[in-house]
Amino acid sequence: MKKETEGMYYTHGLTVPETPKPGDSPKPWKQTNVVGKRIPRVDAYERVSGTAVYPSDLVLPRMLYGAILRCPHPHATVKGVDIRKAEKMPGVHVVISGSTAGNNPGWKYSAFTRIEFATRIFESHCRYEGEPVAAVAAETPYQAWDAIRAIQVDYEVLPFVADEEKALATGAPRIHDKGNQMGETQRYSRGDVQKGLEEADVVVEMRFNTACELHTPMELHGCVADWDGDNLTIWESTQGVYPVQNGVAQVLGLPLSKVRVIGRYMGGGFGSKLRAGKYTAIAALLARATARPVKLILSREETYLATGNRPPAHMKLKAGVKKDGTLTALDFSCLASGGAYPAGGTALVDWVVRDLYLCPNVRSEMTDVYINAGPARPMRAPGHPQGAWALEQMMDALAEKIGMDPVDLRLKNVPTFSQAREGSPPYTSTGLRDCLVEGAKAFGWKEAREKIEKEERKSPVQRGVGMASGLWIAGGGGPPSTILVKLFSDGSVNLNMGASDIGTGTRTVMAMVVSEELGIRPEMIQIENADTGTTQYATASGGSKTVPTEAPAVRAAAVEAKRQLFEMAASELKTDPSGLALTGGEIFLKEDPTKKIKITEIPGLKKAGVIVGIGYRGPNAQNRVVNPFAAQFCEVEVNKRTGEVKILRFLAAQDSGRVMNRLTYDSQVIGGITMGIGLAMTEARILDRNNTGKLVNRNWHDYKLPTALDVPAEMTSLPIEPEDNEANTTGSKGLGEPVIIPTAAVVANAVRHATGVRVLDTPMSPAMLCKLFSEKRKEG
Amino acid sequence: MKRKPEDEDPKTVMTRRSFIKGVGVGAAAAAAASGSLSALAAAEAKEVKPEEMQRLTLRVNGRSHRLLVEPRWSLLFVLREKMGLSGTKMGCERGECGACTVLINGVSRYACMTLALEAEGDEITTVEGLMEGEELGPVQQAFVENDAFQCGYCTPGQIMAAEGLLRSNSPLTVTEIQKGMSGNLCRCGAYVHIFQAVEAAAKARSGK
Repeated sequence: MKKETEGMYYTHGLTVPETPKPGDSPKPWKQTNVVGKRIPRVDAYERVSGTAVYPSDLVLPRMLYGAILRCPHPHATVKGVDIRKAEKMPGVHVVISGSTAGNNPGWKYSAFTRIEFATRIFESHCRYEGEPVAAVAAETPYQAWDAIRAIQVDYEVLPFVADEEKALATGAPRIHDKGNQMGETQRYSRGDVQKGLEEADVVVEMRFNTACELHTPMELHGCVADWDGDNLTIWESTQGVYPVQNGVAQVLGLPLSKVRVIGRYMGGGFGSKLRAGKYTAIAALLARATARPVKLILSREETYLATGNRPPAHMKLKAGVKKDGTLTALDFSCLASGGAYPAGGTALVDWVVRDLYLCPNVRSEMTDVYINAGPARPMRAPGHPQGAWALEQMMDALAEKIGMDPVDLRLKNVPTFSQAREGSPPYTSTGLRDCLVEGAKAFGWKEAREKIEKEERKSPVQRGVGMASGLWIAGGGGPPSTILVKLFSDGSVNLNMGASDIGTGTRTVMAMVVSEELGIRPEMIQIENADTGTTQYATASGGSKTVPTEAPAVRAAAVEAKRQLFEMAASELKTDPSGLALTGGEIFLKEDPTKKIKITEIPGLKKAGVIVGIGYRGPNAQNRVVNPFAAQFCEVEVNKRTGEVKILRFLAAQDSGRVMNRLTYDSQVIGGITMGIGLAMTEARILDRNNTGKLVNRNWHDYKLPTALDVPAEMTSLPIEPEDNEANTTGSKGLGEPVIIPTAAVVANAVRHATGVRVLDTPMSPAMLCKLFSEKRKEG
Repeated sequence: MKRKPEDEDPKTVMTRRSFIKGVGVGAAAAAAASGSLSALAAAEAKEVKPEEMQRLTLRVNGRSHRLLVEPRWSLLFVLREKMGLSGTKMGCERGECGACTVLINGVSRYACMTLALEAEGDEITTVEGLMEGEELGPVQQAFVENDAFQCGYCTPGQIMAAEGLLRSNSPLTVTEIQKGMSGNLCRCGAYVHIFQAVEAAAKARSGK
C-alpha cells in the first residue's frame, strides 16, 4: 500500500537523470548577489498594465461561448433531457448532454484518496447540486445562458443528506451503493495513549469544528478549447498544464502528444486548479461538435458549487501534559466529508497532531463520509489548518492549566525528527525553535502579555494576544523536473520550464537563480513556461513545492550552461576551464583577472548560436525529511458587547529555508495570514441541511472573504533561515501553505486571552461570540 | 422607479434596465459618494427591445468607438469580448469583487453592473488607459514596486479603484485607504501591500 505521505505533489522513488553528476553538485551558496534580494517581479509589467492574457481573457476568431446546465437538486436522477427548444434558439450552435451520441465520456474521482470512483461527464445519478447535466455552445455567453434556461430536464428528486454528522445514521439516504462511508476508518497509533494519559498531571479534552471553506480564486475556473484537425489546444486557468493534458487525453482517449495545454498566466487556484475539470473536457467536446474554438468560463456561482472546497471537519482531541510541560499523550479523532465523491475529506487533518510536537503516545482515527455536496479539492495546506485549529488551541489550554507560557510549552516539545514517519527520519532543518524564540522576541510577546494581564478587565473592549505554530507535511519538493537554459551569443538567456507561476513569483525566483549563476541581470532573461507544447515536463504548482523542485533544476541547468561556456572560453584563453570565473558578461582567469573574454566575443558560441544547458531535479537526500515550520503571533481587540474582533497586528516567523526573493516572500506571508483570517473569522459554506440541501451562500456577498477592512495594516514577515544544505542545492523550502496553517488558531487563542472564552468552532462570527459571551456571563 | 403595467409588451426592457441601473449604482460605494447619481437618474430611459441590436458610441481611454450591441450586454462584456480590452477582469458579474472596476467620468465603477448602453456619452477609463504609451502610470508603478499583488487577476481593478480614490482628492490615512479599497476583493490577500502601494502613489501624486 502507498504510504500516505507519498505521491501527493511529486513522485517518490523515481530514477531520474542528474545534472551535474552526483558528487559534482554545486556547492551551497554562501554570499548571494541576487537570490534573497527584494526584486520586483519579472512579469509585473504585464500584470499591472493589463497586457497579460489570462485564459479567461482570450478571444479567438470564430470563437463560441460555452455554458453548463447543472442539477439544481442535491440528489436526483436524470430521467430525460429535452434539448429541442434550446437547439433552435438564436446563436446556438450545439447542445450536448448524456444522451447526445459521443458526448459522454467517463470521468474519475480520486484526488487525495486511495479510492477511485468512475462516473461520467454527464452523470445521470446526480449526487450533488451542481452536477453537470448538459452543455451549450453559442455565439455569445448571453445566448448560451438563454439556451441553458430553455433545456427541459425531467428529474426524479431523491432524498438527500447534507450533514456529515448524519451521513452514517441508520436510514440516511445512500449516496453510493456501498453506503456513505468512504473506505475504512483510517487509524494511526504509536506508544500507549492510555498509559500516557495516566502519566499526565493534567488531561484536557475538547471538541472542535472547522467549517467548510471555498477556494474562490479571482479568476473563474475554465478554459478555451480549439481543435486543429485532431490536435487539441487548451488555454486553461491552471496550476499545472501537464496534469490537465493528462486528464483531458485520458477522458477523450487522445495521445498525450495531441493535447497541448497552455497556462502562462492564471488568476489564482489555491489547490482548486491542480487538474483538469469536467469543464475542460466539456469545452473540448463543444469545440469538437461545432468545429469552432469554445470559451467555457464558469460563472461565480458554479465555482461555489462544483470546483472544490476545504472539507468541514469535526474533531475531538484529548491531551495529557506533565507540570513541567512534557506532552504525554494526544488522542485525536475526526469526522469529515469530501462531498459526494472520493475527494480526501479527512486528508492530512491529523498530521500536525502526529508530527508537530514531541509526544511518545499518539492515536488518531479519521472517518471520511459522503454527503450530497460538491466534491472537495485540495485547499491550501489540505487538512493542516483544521488539525492546527484543534491542536494549537489545545496547547494553549494545556499551557493555561499548568501555568506555563504557551511559547515555553511549545519550546519544551520541539522535535528534530519526524515521529510520524516510519523509522523517525530527521528533518534536514528544524527552524521551529527559532520561529518561536525569534518570533516572540520580535512581537514583544512577553511584554504584551504582561501589559494586558495587568490591565483592569472592566471595559467591554478587551485586548488579548495569541500565538500558535505549525509544520507542513510537504514543502521539500522533488523530482521530476527538467529545465532548459538557453544562453544566446549576445549573453541573454531563455529559460524553459513547464511549471506554472500561480502568483507566488515562481518566474521571478527562477530568473534570479539564473542571474545568480550566470551573472546576467534578471531583465535579460526571458522565461517560457506552462505550455505542454513547448516547455519541459513539470508537476503542478501545489504543495508548496514549486521553488524547492524547480529552483535546484534551474540552478543545475545554469551550471551546465556555464560549464559549456567555460569550455569554449578556455580554448580561447588557452587555459583550463576549472580556473575560470564569470561576472558581468565576462569570463576571466581567477588567478589573473586581466586574462578575460566577453561572452559576446567567444567564437565558438557565435558559430553555435546558442548553448543549451539541461538541468534535472535530482533525488532528495535519503532518509531525510524536508518540512517548513512556522510560529505566528497576533494581538486582537474584542468588543464583548457586539462580538466584533479587530485584529490589530500579526507577526509570522516562518522557516521556509532560504529566502529566494524577499519581496515575493513577504507577499506570500501576508497572503497566507489574510486567508487564515478568513478561515478564523468569516468563511463558511452553508448548506440548507434540513430543508432543501442546497447551498445557501453561493456568492461573495453571502460567503465573506476578508476585505481590506478585515486585515491589520501591521503585518510583519520574519523569515527564519536555518542553513539547510541537505534540502536541495538552493536550500529553499516551500512557503505558500505553511503560512496559513497556524493563523486561525492564533486568532482564537488571542480571543481567549482577551475574553476568557475559548471558541471551538470556525468562523468566529460576532453572533457566535455574543452567544458565547452571554453564556459565560450566566455561568458567572 | 417606474413600474411596468402587466399588459405592456413583455419584451420591453425599460423597467429592467432602470432597475439594474439603480442596483449598479448602489453597489459601487465610490459612485454613491460622487454625486453622479443625480445625473444618471435624470437620463431619460429609452425604450428598446432585447433582440434589436443597438448602435452605440463609447468613449474609452480618450477614443470613440462605434459598436452594435444587444441592450443587455454589460459594459464589462463589451470591453473584454468586443473591444479586446481584457485588462478589465471578470470575477463575479454581480458587483461583489471589483475585478471589473473602471473609471466612469473619473469615478470608480463596476463595469459588470453597468450596461454598455448606459455608458454612452461617458468618459470611460480602463487600466490600459492609465498607460503613458508603453510607460506605466504612477499607480501601476507603485503596485509593481510594492509587489501589491500575487496572481494579478484582481490587480487592474485594484489599480482603477486606487486611481479613483486618488482622483477624489480626499485625505488618505491608512484607514481611509482601507475603506476606499474595500470594494475590491483580493483572494491572494495582498491587501497590506496594496495599502503600501496606494500610500506610495498618493505621496508621489502630492509631490508633483
